[in-house]
Amino acid sequence: MRFKARVMEAPEIARALSRIAHEILEATQGGRDLALVGIHTRGIPLAGRLAERIERFEGRRPMLGQLDITLYRDDLTELEHAPVVRETVIPFDVAGKRIVLVDDVLFTGRTARAGLDALTDLGRPARVYLAILVDRGHRELPICPDFVGKNLPTSRKEVVKVKLAETDGEDAVELWERP
Amino acid sequence: MRHLLDFSGWDRARVAALFKTARAMKEVLSRPIKTVPTLKGRTVATVFFEPSTRTKTSFELAAKRLSADVVSFSGSSSSLKKGESIRDTLLTLAAYGVDAFVIRADAAGVPHQAARWLDAAVINAGDGRRAHPTQALLDAFTLEEALGDLEGRKIAIVGDILHSRVARSNAELLGLLGAEVWLAGPPPLLPRRPFFGARLTARLEEALKDADAVMALRIQKERLSGGRLPSEEDYRDGYQITEDRLALAKPGAPLLHPGPLNRDVEIEGTLADGPRSLVLRQVENGQAVRMAVLYHLLARRAA
Repeated sequence: MRFKARVMEAPEIARALSRIAHEILEATQGGRDLALVGIHTRGIPLAGRLAERIERFEGRRPMLGQLDITLYRDDLTELEHAPVVRETVIPFDVAGKRIVLVDDVLFTGRTARAGLDALTDLGRPARVYLAILVDRGHRELPICPDFVGKNLPTSRKEVVKVKLAETDGEDAVELWERP
Repeated sequence: MRHLLDFSGWDRARVAALFKTARAMKEVLSRPIKTVPTLKGRTVATVFFEPSTRTKTSFELAAKRLSADVVSFSGSSSSLKKGESIRDTLLTLAAYGVDAFVIRADAAGVPHQAARWLDAAVINAGDGRRAHPTQALLDAFTLEEALGDLEGRKIAIVGDILHSRVARSNAELLGLLGAEVWLAGPPPLLPRRPFFGARLTARLEEALKDADAVMALRIQKERLSGGRLPSEEDYRDGYQITEDRLALAKPGAPLLHPGPLNRDVEIEGTLADGPRSLVLRQVENGQAVRMAVLYHLLARRAA
């Protein structure tokens, strides 16, 4: 795979997250009944960072959870090996909550679809939002994000790599290209 | 992994990966809605040539929790003409488009044969005295939950070792995980040679001394012939796990039993329901572990 460009650096990621935190607070009237649910892998640290900002801005820490969508994937019969199933931890009742699903990249929309199914199996939230650091286009399902860090037009051959300090040692968004 | 027949070819990494999935499945089982759509459209057949309500129920529920369709066939192999008819039964079911066969048989090797006859995945749910891998997996999973890493742990398995596929599969798997396995029972119920590196003894005290966990096996009355077994009373006197005998093990050492329990035979009744008994935890974990096995075999492209 060929490296093409760094499209976001740490300060831009930080600013985008701060903006999204404010937008979430606006949309939820100051974060009432708010819960942030990160999708494995990089949605989890992103949800944590958003929660931290929301607490700083509003003095109230939203509930936090983590979701693994593997058991809800629609491509399990196409893979060579069964993918690793990771932990789902939702330490609150989702019924009646306003839940923001958080992920790093929005591409085909299939992960978000699986996330919605996984979440609604746990109960009936009042409202579900989708927050994304990078929207790279090429949707295959009618899924639209509510909060976006950066819109990044890409070709299908390109790969968007989000790196976060918690998982990758640094904050950056990189564009690569498949041969 | 194409089939689960026994543990040949397994290493610790494979066990760890399966247990990781089993922990995720336990979380699913803790939800109000205990079903996930993972194996929607897949079909699992349970084919039991030897009766077993528990293992069959556990597998069928595990498959249903993953949204697979389940068909079941029960028949005693003595009423079937062995060999050809077992094969015919399996091929008939295979024609329905079965993706995984869960097979229990009183003759050793039937699941291995089936794996040669069928394109589908085959899971050994117990074959003769030979192997019962999912029981060993759920036992090891339960032991790891209770004790952590099993490396260097002393595990005592007590009862009818000779006829027990549970003892064999546990010796193999626990040995692979680094545990020191002791097999104890009355001399007529011990094999001539130890298996899978386990130690063999007729002296219960030797096996129980400082054990980290104790597993009592079901006395398989239906398998015995010719009166080699000591009477039930003799067995109780010599080998029943009692409060006093369990005191030889490490303090708090847990007690396991694969079920179904002959109450007050293998284990003193009060112990079976006591805080050190993991019997019901084994049942619960059995479902999660079997979900993990089905997931690893079926949540991918058919071979």
